[in-house]
Amino acid sequence: MAEYIAPKSLLDPSKKQTFCPGCGHGIVVRLLHELIWELGYEDNNCFILGVGCSCHLCSMACGDYYMAPHGRASAAATGAKRIRPDMLTISYQGDGDAAVIGFSETMNAAYRNENITLVMINNTNFGMTGGQMSWTTMPGEVTATSINGRDCDKTGYPVHLPEMMANSFSHIAYAARGSVHDVKHINETKKYLKNALEAQIHQEGYSMVEVLCQCPTNWHMSPVKAQERIKNELIPEYPLGEFKKRGEAK
Amino acid sequence: MLKLAKVDPVRCKGCGLCEAACPKKAIHAGHELNAAGYHYMVVKEEDCIGCGICYISCPDYAISVTEGGRQNG
Amino acid sequence: MAKELLKGNVAAAEAACRAGMNFFAGYPITPSTEILEYLSHRLPELGRTFIQGENEIATINMVMGAAACGGRCLTASSGPGISLKASGYSYAAENCLPFVVINVQRWGCGLGSLLSGQSDYFRDVKGGGHGDFHHIVYAPTDIQELVDMTYNAFDIAEKYRCGVTILSEALLGQMMESVELPPFKEREVPLDWGIDGTGKVGLKLTPPPKRSGDYFARREPAYIEIEATLQQWDAVETADAEHVIVAFGLPSRVCRDAVKTLRAEGIKAGLIVPKTLCPYPFDAFKALPEGVKSFLSVETNHIGMMVEDVALASRKAKQFAPVYCMNYGPGIPRTTEVCAYVKNIIAGTVKERF
Repeated sequence: MAEYIAPKSLLDPSKKQTFCPGCGHGIVVRLLHELIWELGYEDNNCFILGVGCSCHLCSMACGDYYMAPHGRASAAATGAKRIRPDMLTISYQGDGDAAVIGFSETMNAAYRNENITLVMINNTNFGMTGGQMSWTTMPGEVTATSINGRDCDKTGYPVHLPEMMANSFSHIAYAARGSVHDVKHINETKKYLKNALEAQIHQEGYSMVEVLCQCPTNWHMSPVKAQERIKNELIPEYPLGEFKKRGEAK
Repeated sequence: MLKLAKVDPVRCKGCGLCEAACPKKAIHAGHELNAAGYHYMVVKEEDCIGCGICYISCPDYAISVTEGGRQNG
Repeated sequence: MAKELLKGNVAAAEAACRAGMNFFAGYPITPSTEILEYLSHRLPELGRTFIQGENEIATINMVMGAAACGGRCLTASSGPGISLKASGYSYAAENCLPFVVINVQRWGCGLGSLLSGQSDYFRDVKGGGHGDFHHIVYAPTDIQELVDMTYNAFDIAEKYRCGVTILSEALLGQMMESVELPPFKEREVPLDWGIDGTGKVGLKLTPPPKRSGDYFARREPAYIEIEATLQQWDAVETADAEHVIVAFGLPSRVCRDAVKTLRAEGIKAGLIVPKTLCPYPFDAFKALPEGVKSFLSVETNHIGMMVEDVALASRKAKQFAPVYCMNYGPGIPRTTEVCAYVKNIIAGTVKERF
């Protein structure tokens, strides 16, 4: 059986893993590095980063990275991929970045079927800035800007990005939602990410994976309890699976 | 040869996700603090079956599960 | 080469293509839309990338992503749309990304008037976004200049790794003149930086980004050279001028005629036409004779913007005559109106600004 060693692009001593203890981001970053090496793109890839906790990837890139203004990574990824069509281009954004301030850029990149991959880390809040409400915050969830619990009648109901994209833009290549709350789901999420990246490599069009990630710091829980929250509270609202499969008819 | 999990004490933040995931309760927070101030995880060799689940659960790439390194074969 | 009768916006777009521009992202906004429309078919013809984006914020970010990867990039808009790009401009400056932007100005603020104006001077010349940076800003006075400035802008942007603004105007974009188009060229000096997927080159920002770092250090040498070497202007009858008019863009053409008319009446008028607004042609004022009696900034905006730089430039050149401002708009003033204003200055019936 194979050994379990993180890719050398992550173990480089100059690469600092600066996420909070137990944060789900770190797991997804490792999965992406593993896949980039497995697919042979370690010398030809670029993370286009949002602003927020995803900025931490500045010190965890596999090939190149580019930090876009808050919300605009999908637009920057569009430009980058059009100039370098062979470069594996991953727009790596949080839920605040991609589904709130960047909602338009995110949806429009899918609408145009840009040949990029969006990885959206959904931890139901704006993490970096101290845990404000985002459009994926759960009904009744207490955040820094919903101290009495989110009132969805006034602020809107949770946004379901992969479903919206699969339903509205049937021409895209792939849309899925995974989670990293236990090893079984980490492994499943890796399959979804692989599908998304392969869709890009084979020029099938736009691909995206939303990943439910624990945010121990802003959920005010231990990492283990935060993973339990994903299982017990988030998944009923955000079902896992593939909403647009590769090769499915438009 | 049975693989063994090994924790990098520098990278580990003692988050405990590996401990929760481990089917053999073979990994837990140690008494020592690393330079960042975390109680880094330590592996109990005799309980570890080298399954790799801790590696998969770790968000800090602090764990490797490899052959060799066992004191007792 | 034969001349062609071309609309300003179309000529500028074609000039960009001839300069090797290979990526355009834009959005429809009057009076710049012909640039978008022309490039929507011209760029695919040339095998290059055209994107009509969803809004101006997205399009500037597409340009930045493309520029970071080595694209030779253009975007174009008008006042309100350029405002949406402000944040992008600042991020591009932080990352030293070269690109060219054509602002076909409206008159006024908010939705503004579609009639010609020069209302974006403060914003475009002094910065354009948060933080301390500025673009190199060119002010064409006719379509040939619009063509030549756009054609040269890409090399300049790449040499100094900064944004270059072509400050056009509604009327300039819409009118037609005969122009000579330059030949097709590619990027001559290969870039020694850029995202290529390997992670081994990257943006090569020195000093590299760090949270508390003095990133202006990587901009400063370029700014010093720009200030010293890129100033451009025309001087008309300034050798013995007593009343110096300063005007850029389309109003400067009217002012040329005004100088002729005033001279014929015995008034020693002269004209400075800044062709670069940033760097401002301070050197033009150094060459003026002693004892200039007045400076007049003629601008098609409401509050007077370039007049501040005219005041600065005159004082820098040790000229202390009063500085006046003729605000006009929307549209272009008539020669008679400019002449009348100068005469009012002489008669003392208008108040100076400085």
